[in-house]
Amino acid sequence: MWDLVLGDRRINSLRLVAPMLNGTRGIHRLGGAVVPEGNQKKERTMLQFLTNHFYDVEALRGYLFQREMSKVHLKNRSFTWLEEQHGPYSAGAFFILKQGGAVKFRDKEWIRPDKYGHFSPEFWNFREVPVEAVDASDCEINYEGLDNLLLLKELQSLSLQRCPHVDDWCLSRLYPLADSLQELSLAGCPRVSERGLACLHHLQNLRRLDISDLPAVSNPGLTQILVEEMLPNCQVVGVDWAEGLKLGPEEQPQDTASPVPA
Amino acid sequence: MIRRVLPHGLGRGLLTRRPGTRRGGFSLDWDGKVSEIKKKIKSILPGTPCDVLPDTSHLPPEHSDVVIVGGGVLGLSVAYWLKKLENRQGGMQVLVVERDHTYSQASTGLSVGGICQQFSLPENIQLSLFSASFLRNINEYLAVTDAPPLDLQFNPSGYLLLASEKDAAAMESNVKVQKQEGAKVCLMSPDQLRNKFPWINTEGVALASYGMENEGWFDPWCLLHGLRQKLASMGVSFCQGEVTRFVTSSQCMLTTDDEMVTLKSIHEVHVKMDHSLEYQPVECAIVINAAGAWSAQIAALAGIGKGPPGTLQGTKLPVEPRKRSLSPPLQEEEPDPANLEVDHDFFQEKVWPHLALRVPAFETLKVQTAWAGYYDYNTFDQNGVVGPHPLVVNMYFATGFSGHGLQQAPGVGRAVAEMILEGSFQTIDLSPFLFNRFYLGEKTQENNIM
Repeated sequence: MWDLVLGDRRINSLRLVAPMLNGTRGIHRLGGAVVPEGNQKKERTMLQFLTNHFYDVEALRGYLFQREMSKVHLKNRSFTWLEEQHGPYSAGAFFILKQGGAVKFRDKEWIRPDKYGHFSPEFWNFREVPVEAVDASDCEINYEGLDNLLLLKELQSLSLQRCPHVDDWCLSRLYPLADSLQELSLAGCPRVSERGLACLHHLQNLRRLDISDLPAVSNPGLTQILVEEMLPNCQVVGVDWAEGLKLGPEEQPQDTASPVPA
Repeated sequence: MIRRVLPHGLGRGLLTRRPGTRRGGFSLDWDGKVSEIKKKIKSILPGTPCDVLPDTSHLPPEHSDVVIVGGGVLGLSVAYWLKKLENRQGGMQVLVVERDHTYSQASTGLSVGGICQQFSLPENIQLSLFSASFLRNINEYLAVTDAPPLDLQFNPSGYLLLASEKDAAAMESNVKVQKQEGAKVCLMSPDQLRNKFPWINTEGVALASYGMENEGWFDPWCLLHGLRQKLASMGVSFCQGEVTRFVTSSQCMLTTDDEMVTLKSIHEVHVKMDHSLEYQPVECAIVINAAGAWSAQIAALAGIGKGPPGTLQGTKLPVEPRKRSLSPPLQEEEPDPANLEVDHDFFQEKVWPHLALRVPAFETLKVQTAWAGYYDYNTFDQNGVVGPHPLVVNMYFATGFSGHGLQQAPGVGRAVAEMILEGSFQTIDLSPFLFNRFYLGEKTQENNIM
């Protein structure tokens, strides 16, 4: 495979590939780049040039992308054995803690992993204690991972802020929590659009919904109004509905509205 | 090249012409001088392209392992899965022949783009479920390096089907099958329906089934574009042309019951170019008929249906184009499929009264836009035809889905690819959709048709 690429060119291409992947989240660059703009453009065109001219580089980039995707899938596998052994609440809590989120059981304190990813194993004993609140901000939960999250039947508060893989399909899956869920936060999720927000109409017990900073929503003000109509008992936070409204005719400057005095 | 030649040959003369002028800058038509020099060098050097051979870049290749007739979503899906499931990289040469590169009459582009799991046949439910998971993970399946991710604009609202008293039992048994296959559908009584959707008039409704997940509609052009992009990166050739002839060879063989049977195999496909009589014979091993509403014509070219009626040779492919604009009409009043004009009176007289009755808010409804498209309507049992033909051994069908083609395309594509590569269906068993049922008269019918 490497006979087309001469010695130092191969090392160069690998070196170019590695910073791209470390600085950004994969080839589709979902998370936002760390490398400064000018450098980025030069690196990107060099990488594109190499990709267009060498099948090996294209195949390598494809392989690295698939590997990243399979890492996300591995994180989101279903813990069915754990559920059988320790009950649904502990299995669901383990899933969240492993991803880097925080969990609060009823009448207990928040359990968070520390900066090394370690967390205290006391929750394995809480077989019958339901989980009340989950803080899954910045976790890589996707549609399959929601299998584990939906084990927590009596969840009251869920925070999915800035989750990169939560999209409209995932939101359509939240309806089993309709009886208990009272607080939901989707702030900063890059893939949630107004179509996904429309299927939150199942969650009739919701009291607080945070939909600020959703880049994929085309008209935030209008979406806020529609969501408020859809969930009448819910306080929808995050967007100021007046933003983007044009000034009415009475607020326009006087000299255009009234005739010039004679 | 030019830079190397310049200092040696002419540059020295130019740049060292007069010592005095060098500081003062070059003369005004420096660009003109450069282009003159370039022309001179080009004429001196050998290797200018000479157009002795005619340009054949618009013609398809002369050989291809698989020729797919029809570049809509079904044809592209078969091509995708063939390249994905092949055992060696570059093992299969696939050619997709599409008559109209603007897709102006293709069912894919004109489709509403709905996906729904509320069928009565388990195979249909499994196909839709697989397609939903394909669309969900479309950016993994159709990932192309450096291309932006695809946004299908999927709207995850479910489908709501209403049933009167006499259809309630059928709906209940359907929902049971759907739940068994894994679709998330729930039954609702009229009270629950009124609670959930207060704007529906539930008069006459005995039961309703509502799809909770994986149902909705999406943008079919995005899927088409994504498939084309991915296929181009996988090495599939595309050709714009019309298939006008199959060159076949026949073999007479004896069956185990000592009956004479003529087996045909297609070994050349003639592809005619647009607006000319020029055609290219493409040698192929396998032909896939994914021509949608026009599949019957392609099948007739291969001699399917030319024989005494009632025999296997005489069984035609019962797929014909049916025009649909907003909703299916009654059986006796089929619109004329010769063109795609929309009949606005049809909506006003036949569809609007039912809508207004069911949803009182729609009484003041006005149609803003309307469009019409073709169904590749299977007149036998309104379900797809998948798999090889018993007599024309290397023609495979992937057509006749009568309005469900788009939502079942990924699953069907995979099934046909498995049939070609492995010889049998591996993941979803689509044996009820084989061609044989037209000869044997066994209908694979759906209980609720959309």
